[in-house]
Amino acid sequence: MSSRLFRWAVAAPLALALAAGLTGCGSSTPATSASTSSGGTAKTVTVFAAASLTGTFTELGKAFEAAHPGTTVRFNFGSSATLAQQITQAAPADVFAAASPATMKTVTDASLAGAPTTFVRNKLEIAVPADNAAKVDELKDLTDPKIKVALCAEQVPCGAAAVKALDAAGLKVTPVTLEQDVKATLTKVELGEVDAALVYKTDVIAAGDKVQGIPFPEADKAINDYPIAVLSNAPAGDLAKQFVDLVLSPQGKDVLTKAGFEAP
Amino acid sequence: MTASTTPTARGDVRRPERSGVSGRVPWVLVVPAVIGMAFLVLPLAGLLVRAPWSTLTQRLAEPQVLEALRLSLVTATAATAVCLLLGVPLAWLLARVAFPGRRLVRALVTVPLVLPPVVGGVALLLVLGRRGLIGQWLDSAFGVTLPFTTTGVVIAEAFVAMPFLVISVEGALRAADQRFEEAAATLGASRWTVFRRVTLPLIAPGVVAGAVLCWARALGEFGATITFAGNFPGRTQTMPLAVYLALETEPEAAIVLSLVLLAVSVIILACLRDRWVNSP
Repeated sequence: MSSRLFRWAVAAPLALALAAGLTGCGSSTPATSASTSSGGTAKTVTVFAAASLTGTFTELGKAFEAAHPGTTVRFNFGSSATLAQQITQAAPADVFAAASPATMKTVTDASLAGAPTTFVRNKLEIAVPADNAAKVDELKDLTDPKIKVALCAEQVPCGAAAVKALDAAGLKVTPVTLEQDVKATLTKVELGEVDAALVYKTDVIAAGDKVQGIPFPEADKAINDYPIAVLSNAPAGDLAKQFVDLVLSPQGKDVLTKAGFEAP
Repeated sequence: MTASTTPTARGDVRRPERSGVSGRVPWVLVVPAVIGMAFLVLPLAGLLVRAPWSTLTQRLAEPQVLEALRLSLVTATAATAVCLLLGVPLAWLLARVAFPGRRLVRALVTVPLVLPPVVGGVALLLVLGRRGLIGQWLDSAFGVTLPFTTTGVVIAEAFVAMPFLVISVEGALRAADQRFEEAAATLGASRWTVFRRVTLPLIAPGVVAGAVLCWARALGEFGATITFAGNFPGRTQTMPLAVYLALETEPEAAIVLSLVLLAVSVIILACLRDRWVNSP
């Protein structure tokens, strides 16, 4: 066996790895400039939006396409924190709609978006399975150790809101699980694996008759603001602004409030 | 490094050097091999480059990290034990017993390999959950509920990892020389004795390799675990779950956690490999 060649085969990837490591830090800028080069000719608007906006934004996207023939609205729905990270890593996007000011802040802090506008607010509700077998009817019931409760993890907006609401009520709840996002939390209720969970009112409405929502007064102390902003490097430029205008218009408000969101 | 010349159970002698094929190493193989290696190694280099080295020790000292690591190691090991207990007999059945529908069973057994783990987790909930097909009965008869427990983590990990063990053990069984088993049988050994005294020692390297693969898969399991067992520190929050949640708010903490998991698994796998898997 040619040992020289073998040694080269081992050394080359290491050298590559090192080289990539050294240049890696500075390589995020070229990607953004490349995506802006298409300028105003773009006929596609790419919208990054919080998972809780899936239903309403899809509907608004269709309305936008109808009003602007020839344009397409593409969505990337996901956890706001994940989306914010993708944007700071130069994912090509035009509009960002987040489920919390904190996640929007990571994008504006990196000077990647203009001033955000709060377009809706969302409130927590207690979600229980359709039959509500554990007979939950107020927030205090969740402290009963016999009742299995799912909450969102504190790292995601719905979890942070849950902690705030429980603190405001002076209650201590020991959940069986801290879920990674609001949809996962709701799934546990839909399948009857937990007796109750704290999720957004909009998610309760979207789940239809599979779950029941119970409003509680302390939810007012933990209201989530949803900011929206056009991104600085938006490849679609003006179209992006027009999409945001649609979201803020009376038509947009109508769609959003019907889904359970509240006006800011 | 000298290769051993001890006879293996298979009866053949391991050659000291693969001197049978000589000549230049063909570029057609080397170039893609190097690209392949870089492809696998570069992301790791990325983690190392972006790691917050200055605050590393401070972050590692957090009790949650150790708790998650301990839970990960315990559950992955328990899941591997479950897989060995059930997977080796299953592989034997698939390799040695001709029964109708064997091909279908083999295909079904590998389903968890192609199933997105999150779907696997939902499937487990539908069967073993509190209102699941078997779960509701477990709950009413014994008061046992599996979701959101450490046992649930082990179940989710075993579900996802078992095919890896079954496939490698079945491969080993097919490659093993069946004449040894036949000889033992003609000498009056029962099928169970043949399995225990002849087959198992014959395929031991395959079983160990499968178990290592299975353990590694269980250690990295995320989707099925978070869906079936949920996420609660100390009870069901394994390292991959902790990494995912840390990523939501503190990417740097996530990198540290990933490095810990990586370092621990590489060390364990390297030790196991030297000790158990005789590789030249």
